[in-house]
Amino acid sequence: MSNYMRVVAMLALVGFVTLSGCGRMRSQTQVPDPSRTYPPAYGDMIVEGTIADPAILNPILASDSASSDVTSQIFTSLLRYDKDLNLVGELAESWEISPEGTVITFKLKKGVKWHDGKPLTAHDVKFTLGRYLDPTVKTAYRSNFEKISKSAVLDDHTFRVWYAEPFAPALVNMGSMPILPRHLLKGRDINTTDDFNYRPVGSGPYKFISWQRAESVILQANPEYFEGRPYLNRVVFRVIPDMAVQFLELQNHGLDMMGLTPNQYTGEGSEPEFTDQFNKYKYTSNQYTYMGFNLKKAIFRDKRFRQAIALSLDKEALVKGVLEGLGSVATGPYTPSSWAYNEDVKPVAFDQLKARELFVAAGYRYAKDGRLTKNGKPVEFTLLTNQGNRNREQTATIIQAQLKEVGIKVKIRVIAWSTFLSEFVNKRKFDALLLGWSLARDPDLYSIWHSSRMGEHEFNFVSYKNAEVDRLLVRGRTTFNHERRVRIYHRVHELIAADLPYVFLFVPDSLPAVHRRILGIEPAPAGIGYNFIKWYVPEGFHKYTK
Amino acid sequence: MIRYILRRLVISLPILFGITIITFGVIHLTPGGFTSVHMDMNPNVSPDSIAKLQELYGLDQPLPVQYVKWVSRLIRLDFGRSFLDQSPVIHKIGQRLPATLLLSGLSMLFIFMLAIPVGVYSAMHHNSRQDRVITVLTFVGYSVPTFWLALLCMLLFGVVLGWLPISGIRSVNHDFLGPMGQFWDYVSHLILPVFISAFGGLASISRYTRSNMLEVVRQDYIRTARAKGLPRSRVYYVHALKNALLPIITIIGLALPGLIGGSFIFETIFSWPGMGRLAYESALSFDYPTIMGIAVIGAVLVLLGNILADVLYASVDPRIRL
Repeated sequence: MSNYMRVVAMLALVGFVTLSGCGRMRSQTQVPDPSRTYPPAYGDMIVEGTIADPAILNPILASDSASSDVTSQIFTSLLRYDKDLNLVGELAESWEISPEGTVITFKLKKGVKWHDGKPLTAHDVKFTLGRYLDPTVKTAYRSNFEKISKSAVLDDHTFRVWYAEPFAPALVNMGSMPILPRHLLKGRDINTTDDFNYRPVGSGPYKFISWQRAESVILQANPEYFEGRPYLNRVVFRVIPDMAVQFLELQNHGLDMMGLTPNQYTGEGSEPEFTDQFNKYKYTSNQYTYMGFNLKKAIFRDKRFRQAIALSLDKEALVKGVLEGLGSVATGPYTPSSWAYNEDVKPVAFDQLKARELFVAAGYRYAKDGRLTKNGKPVEFTLLTNQGNRNREQTATIIQAQLKEVGIKVKIRVIAWSTFLSEFVNKRKFDALLLGWSLARDPDLYSIWHSSRMGEHEFNFVSYKNAEVDRLLVRGRTTFNHERRVRIYHRVHELIAADLPYVFLFVPDSLPAVHRRILGIEPAPAGIGYNFIKWYVPEGFHKYTK
Repeated sequence: MIRYILRRLVISLPILFGITIITFGVIHLTPGGFTSVHMDMNPNVSPDSIAKLQELYGLDQPLPVQYVKWVSRLIRLDFGRSFLDQSPVIHKIGQRLPATLLLSGLSMLFIFMLAIPVGVYSAMHHNSRQDRVITVLTFVGYSVPTFWLALLCMLLFGVVLGWLPISGIRSVNHDFLGPMGQFWDYVSHLILPVFISAFGGLASISRYTRSNMLEVVRQDYIRTARAKGLPRSRVYYVHALKNALLPIITIIGLALPGLIGGSFIFETIFSWPGMGRLAYESALSFDYPTIMGIAVIGAVLVLLGNILADVLYASVDPRIRL
């Protein structure tokens, strides 16, 4: 190729890129004036972006979040969390726990109907529980209900479960079980009820309309919904597997709502063309990222060593660098939105001088070249993390650089998720790992921190053992009294934070953006989705009129 | 001819069998597994539940037993049910196939319609400036990553100019459009993906055509035709092209599996509900029955495509006999 041709080709490319990059957003639509109030109105439609196609729309068989995002609009359960994360009745009008905590009785609301018009009764609840416990049903959640010794329908609207021993998470487990319609599923093999699993019939605020695989799921407001007809007439979940394309679709008004990445939130998402059209929200999520140590390895057994590592890491810098400041420093096994979060526990300070002193106190020496050594050998370890999570890869790199400053060599290995789990985590073949937990709302962390949960496939893979934490975790799950549980879990938070089996790094913020024509959104500790049925588009601003 | 085809089909059977054994072995030897990907690291799922699920899916049995069971179902043309959503594999493939066929069929059509004239033109103006411009353009198309070009075009034609939709196969309000509106809805969603995938595929066919043409025009019969006084374009387009296109038949035969295979990257960028994404997603989630189903269909098409190419070749080229 001649030079002349090369220059022409380059110019053409550069021109194209600049042309595309400098453009301004075209479609600006009329949005309600934020300083005015508008009365709610029925109608219009909201289009949400989702990365993955739901697997199956029967909540008992699904174990992916894309499916549960959809089914949570179609199905209802006995209880749900309100905006302040308190358990309140959904299908249940009231519930009662026996004094010894082994019997729970739910009174159901009367007049609740399935989408096909049949009444929803306690028999449906009993039927659903039976499916979860049925050994032939391919559900991942059987163990949530295995402590139940007996269940009974007392009358059409009263349901009771018995436990062999008091079990506090029982209320959440029972309460969040999506109820399935007995009249459609009785006597059938639920694994293969294709007519139901892909065209579900529920009792929730939205009815199923259609599902184009890998494309979209469309739901329609249920006018008979027992908590009131939702204002937004339709909900569409659009499957857009690429995050960059999702953001383009949002800017192009092909989507009304998506979760932004920190980059999108602070970058293009803060340009006036964007904020004129979209409201951005920011609230703390219920997940955190941590560096976990394999406490079975000699190097990590000494608590002073772990403390010194924690002191060497600048957590604030991680929040700034990885999350663009959109998050907070984690202090322990609970996140700030949980009632179990102990506010008195402060994050480990960033103090590399103190870290060096601690290393020396623990028997480590600094060599002439500045490397930390033990018995003449330089200290080094491997930090594992999973592929495909850019935040974690960036975090690992920053940790590597910060620990280098105190003389520790960290090698990073990034491994595909399934290999990471099966070959390294489950087999305990790691020094340290960088991972995250996404927590349930009940603070029972028995499966993660109790010393009996160290077996293969179990979640105490760092092999943490503290007799007091063990005792408290057992007491926490057998106590129903809220105040007492608060005290127990605050202590758990404090103890684990002090023991440092993990270095707790950061809690990212959730960053949804919603089109400005949609009003009624009120951010609360529970996020923004809790009052979805009250979201509305005022008269005159409807985009999809049919 | 029929005997030849039959013989080739019979020989293909053990090959197909071998392909399934290798595929089955490879996907089961990959570290991890169905339950590991979906349920490990979910504190709400206990190890007992996982063990129970393994048993229900038959994953606790020895590999040879699992394979024999799978083959015995396959012989009855039963591809089994997907682990991921419990639906029959054949159903899943059926849902995804039309979108991929539509996209790859159209783009293949465009590639042939454009690349052959372009190739002939290049050959006629061999080594001229036009030839070089074409060479550069087709190679740019070949080497530019499609996902990058796709994102730029989405930005330009979607967000900036607003002429075309960005992704997907139809709009969310498609059902409410009239028949003409629905048709235009499909067309407008097809323009970007078809154009971009055709741009990427232009290079190979046009280069093939060009080099075949250059070879053919050196033959004696072309000189004869020119000597008769036929116009240059008639010599090229009628006499030379026919023979220059022979190797293209092989390419068509080999393209058959690609026609239904789809491209993962492409379909992901355009949110296209096709086979490429299905294959990739099922591989990532260790959905063994779906992976095997797609592999079998792919293998069958490769084998058939080869036979088809040979047969076609023999029927148009009298120098080759089967």
